[in-house]
Amino acid sequence: MAMNDVISLLISGLGLAGIYFLLASGLSLIYGLMRVLNLAHGAIFAVGGFVGWAALEYLPVEPDWLRFTAALVLATLAGAMLGILIEKGLLARLYGRPYAQMLLTLGLAFAMTAFLGGWLGHDPLTLKQPAWFDEVTVIAGSRVVNSRLVIVGIALILFLATVVFLRRSKHGLIIRAGVNNRSMVMALGINVSKSFTLLFVIGSGLAGLGGVLAGVFFGSVTPELGTQQLIFAFIVIIVGGLGSLEGTALAALVVAVLQQFVNYYGPPGAGDLVTVLLLAVMLLVRPRGLLGKVAA
Amino acid sequence: MTRTQASPVRSWTASTSVLSLRNVDVHRGEAHVLRDVSFEMPPNAVTALLGRNGAGKTTTLLAVVGLLAATGRMSMAGTDLKPLKVDERVRQGIGYVPEDREVFADLTVAENLRLAMRGPESQARLQQVHKLFPILHERAQQRAGTLSGGQQQMIAIARALLNDNKILLIDEPSKGLAPAVVTEVVQAIEQVKATTTILLVEQNLAVAARLADHALVLDQGRLVYSGPMEDFARDTEATSRWLGVDIRPKAVGGRGNE
Repeated sequence: MAMNDVISLLISGLGLAGIYFLLASGLSLIYGLMRVLNLAHGAIFAVGGFVGWAALEYLPVEPDWLRFTAALVLATLAGAMLGILIEKGLLARLYGRPYAQMLLTLGLAFAMTAFLGGWLGHDPLTLKQPAWFDEVTVIAGSRVVNSRLVIVGIALILFLATVVFLRRSKHGLIIRAGVNNRSMVMALGINVSKSFTLLFVIGSGLAGLGGVLAGVFFGSVTPELGTQQLIFAFIVIIVGGLGSLEGTALAALVVAVLQQFVNYYGPPGAGDLVTVLLLAVMLLVRPRGLLGKVAA
Repeated sequence: MTRTQASPVRSWTASTSVLSLRNVDVHRGEAHVLRDVSFEMPPNAVTALLGRNGAGKTTTLLAVVGLLAATGRMSMAGTDLKPLKVDERVRQGIGYVPEDREVFADLTVAENLRLAMRGPESQARLQQVHKLFPILHERAQQRAGTLSGGQQQMIAIARALLNDNKILLIDEPSKGLAPAVVTEVVQAIEQVKATTTILLVEQNLAVAARLADHALVLDQGRLVYSGPMEDFARDTEATSRWLGVDIRPKAVGGRGNE
């Protein structure tokens, strides 16, 4: 195992971990607080990817790093707006009916994916990334593509921001307590649904932004981007433990780095297989996950 | 002496009562757990809600808070509770101390208390709570899950004291606690009871007799006794019939001696 490969794979793994984290963290907290399994979360991720693609393709903004920043902001906003529409417009009408909510979000996932495909086609659309992203930086003698470093940096900042939000803000406090015991939070006179709407919006915004980073990581976006990555997000959530942000981050690292290494050194597809094996082992040995707050 | 029939010794009109239940029924799945329960609670007094396991005591509190659906009429200080959601009812002035305490184990003691604070008066009340339970001040930054059962009970009671509530609903505060800790918790409730209206569910008859002015007794979901606590506690036939306990009056906080 050459040292150069190890560092490069590690940073790729970190980047992929960041993408998994952005997709999985919202999903995990939303389920942890309200027991809503939002199967449309992957579709929001894909929409974010397309908004990012469109912004990089058509926005008349120079220099290119500014255009990329605008793409991230627009994709986040698009995700957040979709989040408000789904939560306030649809899910809020089905409180206390978990199966109806799940079917609704499943239907939305199919519809949104089909809509994207019908509008923009199913061929991969290549993202026009800033030129600097394709250049390489030498780290400890290993050549690392800059886009990987950008993804790792952005994901790390957002992870820390989410931790601070959960630890320092009143809504964060309500969310952490609500994941633990929602009835008791309500019995303290707190309107949990306000905090839930905020969580849904933040989670959807992060997913939208994650879609752009996924487009950068894989080079292109397709309507099926969300569905494919949602499977790994579920694995990350279960391995990390439902309702735990730190658990999700840790599991994203484990799953993504493992996947990268096995895909590189093993036969094709082995990386994906290993993550599923990891899930199976976890479910058998420790079903509540690494740092789980919610009994599975 | 047999006061085993429901016999309201004093009846409180709905206008003076803090909490009023009229013909309340609760079903949990197939079970009909509360049957046509009606009572009024006078202000600034402790009313003990007694009965065997499964008689419907906790169910009554859950129905008042809104965590269980109920039919019939429920009002607090003249406000109809029925159309209100759980958090809206609580903000009307209910302090709820649940059975098994239900503190947020992953949050610190300070965060547990901060979560319960609703208005500007809560900050001043926090000082009083810290005076009442100094340990909660000392352990403010510790995770609540690492505290002993008694200390967690103090958090649960403190949460209810942080707001200017009209009524406290306290569910089995002595459950699972060592005798010395029970004494501490009882003393804390004694300190606040002069100025607060409390509905207290308590299995320990001695604790109930020491704290309560009035007794309500449930049996299989029906209210079977309503009257002064002292009379009920002294009535060995009633206590053994409705509570299944055979506690001699001398054991009841030293009150009476037959």
